[in-house]
Amino acid sequence: MSDVAQATIAPESPAQQALLTPSQLAWKRFKRHRLALISGLFLVILYLITGFAEFFAPYEKTTRNIKAIYAPPMSIDFFDTEGNFQFRPFTYGYTLTIDEVTWARKYIEDPKQKFDFYFFSRGESYEFWNLFKADFHFFVVKDEDGRLGYFHLLGTDQLGRDVLSRVLYGGRVSLSIGLIGIGLTLFLGVLLGGFAGYIGGFVDRVVQRIIEVIQSLPTLPLWMSLTAALPAHWSSIRVYFGVTLILSFFGWTALARQVRGRFLALRDEDFIVAARLIGGGNTRVIFKHMMPNFMSHTITTATLAVPGMILGETALSFLGIGLRPPIVSWGVLMKEAQNYQVIVMTPWILFPGLFVVLAVMAYNLLGDGLRDAADPHNIGGLK
Amino acid sequence: MTDNVLEIRDLGVEFKTDTGTTNALRGVNFDVPRGKVTAIVGESGSGKSVTANCIMRLIQRPGRITSGSILFNPTSTESFDIVALPDKDSLIYELRGGLISMVFQEPMTALSPVHKVGDQVSEAILCHRNVSKAEAWEEAAEMLNHVGIEDVSRRINMYPFEFSGGMRQRVVIATALVCHPEVLICDEPTTALDVTIQAEILTLIKRLQTELNNSILFITHDIGVVAQISDYVVVMYQGRVLEIGSTHQVLKDPKHPYTQGLLAAIPGIAPPDQRLSTISDVVGDIDITTAYPLTTLSDGRKVSLPQEALRKFSIRRTSETL
Amino acid sequence: MLRSILKPFQVVSARVRSMNYVTRRILGMFPTLFFISIIVFVIIDLPPGDIVTSRLDRMEAQGVEASPEYVRNLRARYDLDKPLYLQYLFWIGKFVTGDLGYSFFYSKPVNELVWERLGYTLLITVAALFFTWIVALPFGIYSAVKQYSIGDYFITVVALVGLATPNFLLALLVMYFSSEYFGVSIGGLFSVEYRDEVWSLDKVMDMLFRLWIPASVVGMGGTAVTMRLLRANLLDELNKPYVVTARAKGVKPLKLILKYPLRIAINPFISTVGLLLPTLISGEAIVSVVLNLPTTGRMLLDALLAQDMYLAGSFLMLLAILTVVGMLISDLILAWSDPRIRYE
Repeated sequence: MSDVAQATIAPESPAQQALLTPSQLAWKRFKRHRLALISGLFLVILYLITGFAEFFAPYEKTTRNIKAIYAPPMSIDFFDTEGNFQFRPFTYGYTLTIDEVTWARKYIEDPKQKFDFYFFSRGESYEFWNLFKADFHFFVVKDEDGRLGYFHLLGTDQLGRDVLSRVLYGGRVSLSIGLIGIGLTLFLGVLLGGFAGYIGGFVDRVVQRIIEVIQSLPTLPLWMSLTAALPAHWSSIRVYFGVTLILSFFGWTALARQVRGRFLALRDEDFIVAARLIGGGNTRVIFKHMMPNFMSHTITTATLAVPGMILGETALSFLGIGLRPPIVSWGVLMKEAQNYQVIVMTPWILFPGLFVVLAVMAYNLLGDGLRDAADPHNIGGLK
Repeated sequence: MTDNVLEIRDLGVEFKTDTGTTNALRGVNFDVPRGKVTAIVGESGSGKSVTANCIMRLIQRPGRITSGSILFNPTSTESFDIVALPDKDSLIYELRGGLISMVFQEPMTALSPVHKVGDQVSEAILCHRNVSKAEAWEEAAEMLNHVGIEDVSRRINMYPFEFSGGMRQRVVIATALVCHPEVLICDEPTTALDVTIQAEILTLIKRLQTELNNSILFITHDIGVVAQISDYVVVMYQGRVLEIGSTHQVLKDPKHPYTQGLLAAIPGIAPPDQRLSTISDVVGDIDITTAYPLTTLSDGRKVSLPQEALRKFSIRRTSETL
Repeated sequence: MLRSILKPFQVVSARVRSMNYVTRRILGMFPTLFFISIIVFVIIDLPPGDIVTSRLDRMEAQGVEASPEYVRNLRARYDLDKPLYLQYLFWIGKFVTGDLGYSFFYSKPVNELVWERLGYTLLITVAALFFTWIVALPFGIYSAVKQYSIGDYFITVVALVGLATPNFLLALLVMYFSSEYFGVSIGGLFSVEYRDEVWSLDKVMDMLFRLWIPASVVGMGGTAVTMRLLRANLLDELNKPYVVTARAKGVKPLKLILKYPLRIAINPFISTVGLLLPTLISGEAIVSVVLNLPTTGRMLLDALLAQDMYLAGSFLMLLAILTVVGMLISDLILAWSDPRIRYE
């Protein structure tokens, strides 16, 4: 068997590979995962768009369009009703009709209300990150007289609020909870796992036991109990951090376990012993020699843990005990879709769910790619 | 009727991977005489194991047999070409473990860790003969006893991880021999073992060969082992055969410069107080990578050398390709 | 000679060793449960105020003035005047003897409220577990054996989407589609006609028929994980030397896969039960809210919102016990299936 393996090793000369640094090699391996690459790009774009939600969202998260309550998604057109092509995209506004028998609302495209798209234009004013006022938008729609029209790519909710805008503002909260949460998780995991692995003995046993206990608890009921205990009078920002803290407080165990394992394995490696024998202090040995050896794996695990955070927030807010309005998050938006009669009538209010799925999927794929890239033994073409 | 149990002709194998195609075998030719021990020697990657896997039809994706034939002449049935068998032919399953079987390099990993020893040995019987499980276990026990495992009635119910390396290799050998195959392929069966155990296993294989009178194809990179066990030697390098001859011929008086290099690189043979010569020291600028046809010399051995290098040898028939 | 004398002892010692594993594992459960009980107690104690203050608030709202003596008595009755560690001891002591406390929200002993719901939770969780296995096993095997085939890619994509879909969203979608396209309402565990009936065979059949929907919704994420895990494990195992040995023996392909790599790949599979259980119970908690199931989820949520902490705490503790015991069982099955662990 060994002969088979030997015979199939990449023809690439070892000298050529030796010229690449470990991180270059990792990048090379990562690039092979096209899906992971695309996912990474998608996430960067998603974070940028939600980060600059004020600019990209056509409306503020609370702006109501009373002319379009529970309005279905609107289309972007290039051909008008007579079939004439127009280079500048446009959309038709809605007229509301009410069914005389069922009293159901029905929105019909109205060719008399034609709104053209204008990119990088002035529209509704907003306060960017509570820092300064501006009214510059990625796009606005205007009618022939240059007055602002309305456009709801993903429809509107029961108060006539633009679903797309709310998804973007909500994404800012949900996605950042993932990032901040994972930061805390990394901190706790590396700290506790590192201590357990490096010191060993009693500390190790205690940390191990804590990990075991936390891992054998059903997380959601636990999260529910803790977030439900957050005082009702807390401000939005405190609730936000409270929820983040709770999510990461029970999410660090997998990371800690991994870091501990790496520490234990590395502690007895010859090069660590050598570093210690030539007089390297604890700090130096840990940061200079051990950290580079497990950081890549740790980051991979962390990436794969972000979806758990996002899903946790969504689930809690969906149940009404995580984030609460006026905070807008994907979970809070999903709560409005709790009633399935509403879904049957207006399925587009499920769009926030689609974004959750996409973001989580992208994180999972990215994590998979990173994992392969972080594995220094994964060089050849096989596997 | 030829007295070769296996006749391998122009065997080619390639492996296709993301990074390119590797030709693991590039036209391999040799015979395995009946009732004898034939050794294949060569360095890692020379194609020894791939050749063995071809005989068992164990080559899997990304590997593929691209050319050649392996004519198998068993005493029990008619001759057939192993390469020509369709992928799922029932004859392949009859062949594996029944007519030809194999002993692997790593006794530590060659046995399943979660199945009892008896289960794994008797399975070979159950695959090939229509006998009851109890009978198969009984025969397995007999064979285990035969390969030198004591206290079989207890051991047969144990798991491989409760055995030492040498014991496990005995189990692997028992598994291979339990159906009385005509050919036994040993793929570096002693490489992973301690030196003393190595000697025991070699003695065992030799003893069983004389008892059962089967043919053995013995793959190794250890010239010492070759000297100890084999009747004939096949020297392989980069997926080709460079030299074939009786063990005495090849070890005493190697004709091919690569074989000379191999022998010179053995610590015991080279004079002491001198740096061991590497193969390239001995080979010098003689071309050993070009695929010259095998030429039969007057003493019956075959070498693969260019015409000008052959001039100093007496050739039996000109340029006979095997 | 010596060997034959020692033989009976060796047999016995092997048995003791494997017994030891079981006892060790069972005893190891108790410290875990102890720590969990502390966490749960902290959570019960977490909300500002306690049972007495909330009752006083209610009395005050009704215009009843409570005398300080009454308050003191009340606090004494619930041991609230004692130091925290004593409160914990009283609570856990009662819990162990089966007294789960009193629910203020429902004005009933917790005991009367939790058990039936816990039973349904167990039922759905076990059903979800079975769903996970029944789906993950064949598809995982297929995916590994036919690596990089169209089927493999399809399964991979479905698994990826399944993994990324929050199960409450899945529950909503299932509800939406079943009512929109099949005209059946799938909320609840019983059809309308059986909801208030006493138990009968028909009712059981009706329940079993409706059970698989929540079970599959709860099990979806776990199925995706298990499938990927099984695929990876199998691929790892398929190239192991002992598989080649078996092939060289003449074992046919299907039997080869079923007997050898699967047998070994199945071990991590069994151990995933331990990992799956907390996820499944978590998933059940939220799915039951959406699908309106008579399980713990809804009541736990209501209890939490009403700060009915004895009820909530009992649920939490019981769910944790369920998980820990489940993990124990999965570990024992694992030990039974993998001799290496038994003889450790």
